[in-house]
Formats: sequence, structure tokens, C-alpha cells
Amino acid sequence: MLKLLEQIRGIVNKTQVFKSIFRHGYPDTDGNRALVMFSNVILHLHPVRVQRGALKIKFTWCLGGLTFFFFIMLAITGVVLMFYYVPDTRRAYNDIRDLGTVIYFGSLFRAVHRWSAHAMVFSVWMHMTRVFMTGSYKPPREFNWVVGVILLVTTLVLSWTGYLLPWDQLALWAVTVGSKMAEATPFIGASGPFGPELGRNSGNDMAFALLGGTVVGQSALLRFYVLHCLALPLITALFIAVHFWRIRKDGFSGPL
Amino acid sequence: MSDQASDSLSSSPKKNSLAELIKKTALKKIGPEDTVLVWPNLVYLELICMMVATAILLFLSLVSPAPLEELASADTTPNPTKAPWYFLGLQELLVYFDPWLAGMVLPTFIIIGLILIPYVDPNPLGKGYYTFKERKFSMLGFGFGLSLWWILILIGVFFRGLDWSWYWPWDDPHVHMPAGAVKLIDLQIILQNTLGLSEAPLVTLGRYAVTIGNLITWALFLGFYAVGFTVPFIFFRDFYRRLGFVRYNVMMFFFISMMGVPMKIFLRLLADVKYVLVTPWFKF
Repeated sequence: MLKLLEQIRGIVNKTQVFKSIFRHGYPDTDGNRALVMFSNVILHLHPVRVQRGALKIKFTWCLGGLTFFFFIMLAITGVVLMFYYVPDTRRAYNDIRDLGTVIYFGSLFRAVHRWSAHAMVFSVWMHMTRVFMTGSYKPPREFNWVVGVILLVTTLVLSWTGYLLPWDQLALWAVTVGSKMAEATPFIGASGPFGPELGRNSGNDMAFALLGGTVVGQSALLRFYVLHCLALPLITALFIAVHFWRIRKDGFSGPL
Repeated sequence: MSDQASDSLSSSPKKNSLAELIKKTALKKIGPEDTVLVWPNLVYLELICMMVATAILLFLSLVSPAPLEELASADTTPNPTKAPWYFLGLQELLVYFDPWLAGMVLPTFIIIGLILIPYVDPNPLGKGYYTFKERKFSMLGFGFGLSLWWILILIGVFFRGLDWSWYWPWDDPHVHMPAGAVKLIDLQIILQNTLGLSEAPLVTLGRYAVTIGNLITWALFLGFYAVGFTVPFIFFRDFYRRLGFVRYNVMMFFFISMMGVPMKIFLRLLADVKYVLVTPWFKF
């Protein structure tokens, strides 16, 4: 059986179609295993060789990779959810309810999206803790730590903006708590220190900019939707790219 | 950092001077026998990791689907109103600080403080391996902030119920806690009453009536920072010299501010202090 599979693979590898898709042979020789890293757009995030220590799970705990994986999962499930969701305060809640009652696997996609989000917040935190504990932020990797902190912030904001979209009580009031804090921002919040002195009122302060109004309503839902599905994922993807690129350029800090 | 160098370092951290460390790591050459091909070694490891994570996500999703409460309504405020779990640490801080501090200034400090870490830590040791011995201060400082963050989150998630009162797991979460008899007082009023100071303002600057009690709270507040900056400067000269003037002051500002957070919490819990410092524009 195994022999038969190997034979089939041997034939498939030599076809014009296989050769047109993959710019390298099947990676069963050292030459091809190196080539696969150069010529595959996804795999070329990796170097060709790593030191043995890099494989030690107890050093990295796979946390950075897992965070990225959760991000991919969120993108995939998020796209599916977008098919069924309209950011309209009159529709949003029912759209989410339909996921559980009308749409095949809708509830599963939503649940995976939610758990991936929790997992991403948790793993990005754990990853940061690990990087601190191994001193991996030390020169020459200072700036990649900064990029990491930015990614931590975008992860949190992504998660928070997504919280509003189901338009249920939990969503509305969790975001209301947040907008009250924005209102209290020093200098640019209507109820913050020196806010009123600088002419800030509920119509021109930080919370207004965030919500597109004075209450969590239609404008806020649309803003959060666009931020959640478009702006923040793009920003996050950009910084992830920089983050990975810097890892390759600066090298691993570990027992490598 | 090589395995060998890190092993010998952690066994005898005192003996290795920085120069020796650099010499050792520079001399250690990485030969092809120390490395492995990424395909299949790392790629397969990543694949296994992703598969395990997917399995766990699917399991959790099937066991506990995403909740959906009632339709959003501005007319009914849920009690308690809780933010997502990762922000509950900040929401818990709202008990002790005004929203501009708990929701805006402290989070900003946390983010800026995190960003500054690599720039205020000049210690070359402990790069690329787990060690406590070689970087005690940074480990303790980071660990302190991190535990504070997690403890506040755990309190917010598990111990806060109706009216944001403290609920033990065995308390009935549907019954309101009796309103406490605790009355919170500003520190300057406490000082006025205990020291018998005059309530009349010394100077009036617009809306700001400056009393003696108020001046003392200013002195205490600034004194907290002054002492925090001065004590290590005098008693830990080595520490100061290693950091240098700019690094030391930047790092200490964030460090002292971080220490101030639990101090204010304890002042509030143990001495019923509402605000340490009161002005017409902001209150600490």
C-alpha cells in the first residue's frame, strides 16, 4: 500500500501540472528541502536551516506561531461570518441569531471565531511574557519588541471592536464602558481633566470620534464594523509582516 | 547565544565577566552539524501545533458555543456591566481610580512602558535563555506588573457581581450585597481633621482654593516620586551608573508609577482614602 502511494507520488511529481505549480521537486532530498524554502512564497518565511535548539518546544512554547495561526483562523471564519452579517442596528442581532438557527454550521463558525479571538489575546500575552523571560527583546531585537507591543494593542482593539457587532446587551454595554473611558481622556475627552477648559464637549471629544455620535448607536456599529473587518486586520497584517521579517533579519535569540 | 555558554553562565554567573561572555560566544562557531533542515523538522512541528490548536478550538466551540444575550437596549442597564475579560483589569481599577486614570492614563503608561523596556534595560546577560539570577530586577519588576494585571483580571472575572460588589464563589449572585457603611474621605480632609488644620484657603487660583491640607497632599504626592527617584540613586550607585541619567529617570518614572497603583489601592482599602490629591481639574 505504502509502496503504491510512493509510486503514484513519483508519477505525479513528474507531471507538467505539478512542476508548473511547485517550483521545486518533492522535498525528499536535501537539495529539494532547501529549495522548497526559497521557492515557496509561504514557506520562505522560514530559513533553510535552523539550529537544533530552535525546535525546543520548551523555549518558545510555539506561542508566536500559535498567535499567527489564530489570526489566520479568525480571518477565515471572519470572512464566512461577513457573508451573513449586515452592520445595521435593526438587522445585526437577528443576523447573529440566524447563524445559530438558519445557517449551516453558522453557530460553529461563530464559536470558532470567538474562541480563536480569546485564544489570540491570551497567546499574544503569553508570547510577550515568554519573550521577556528569555530576554529576547535585547539588542538587536529592540524594535521587534516594539512592533510586538503594537500588535498586542491592535489585537486588543480588534477583539474589542468585534465585541459590539452581535448587538446584544453584552455588546452594547461592554462598549459603553469603553466609550465612557474615552470620554474621560485628558485634554481630548469631554469629562477628562482639562477637557472642558479646552472646549471639549460631548459633540467634539474623543468618545464622539470613536462612536460617531454621543451614544453607542448606528454610527458606532458601522465604525466598529469597518475597523474590525477592514482597517485593523490590514494594520495588523502589515505589522505581522514587519514582525516576521525582523525575526528573519535579526535572527533567533534562543539556544540556537 | 550558544547552549554551552548559557549553561556555564547559569551555573556560575559571578565568575563570568562581560568580556569573557563576549569572547566565549564569539568563539563558538556554528557548524552544519548543529543545524537541521527546516523541512521536515520545523515545518512538521508547526503542522502538528496547528492541528492540535484546531482540535482544541473545535472542541471548545462545540462544548461552549458563543453566547448571545437579549437585543441591545439603551433602556435596560445590565448589572453588573462587564467589559471583555482582558479589559476587566482596567475596569477593576475604576473602583480605585477615576476613569481618566484607570481607562486612559494608566493603559497608556502600560503601553509606553512596555515599548521602553528594551531601551531601559542595559543588562547584556540573559539574552536567549531563561534565567532569574542574572537579571533579578527586571524579572521581579516585570513579574510584579504582570501579576498585578492578572490578579485584577481574575478579581474582575470571578469576584465581582451585582453593583460591582465583592462576591465569593459561594455567595448567591442574585442577591444584592448590603451597602457598606464605609465612607470614603479625601486624604486632605483626613489630614485637616487629624492635624486640626484650618479649612480656609491660603490662596485662591480661579476655581482652585488651596488649603494647607491640600498643600500637604501635594507634598506627599510629589514626595512619593522624589523618594522613589532618590533612594536607589543614593543607595544603589552601581544600579544608577549602569543605567545612566536618562535611562534611570525614564525607567524609574514608570517603575514608581507602577508601584503607586497598588499603594493607592491599599490606601483606599485600609484607610478609606478616596482621593490622595484633589484639584478642580483632576483627582488622584
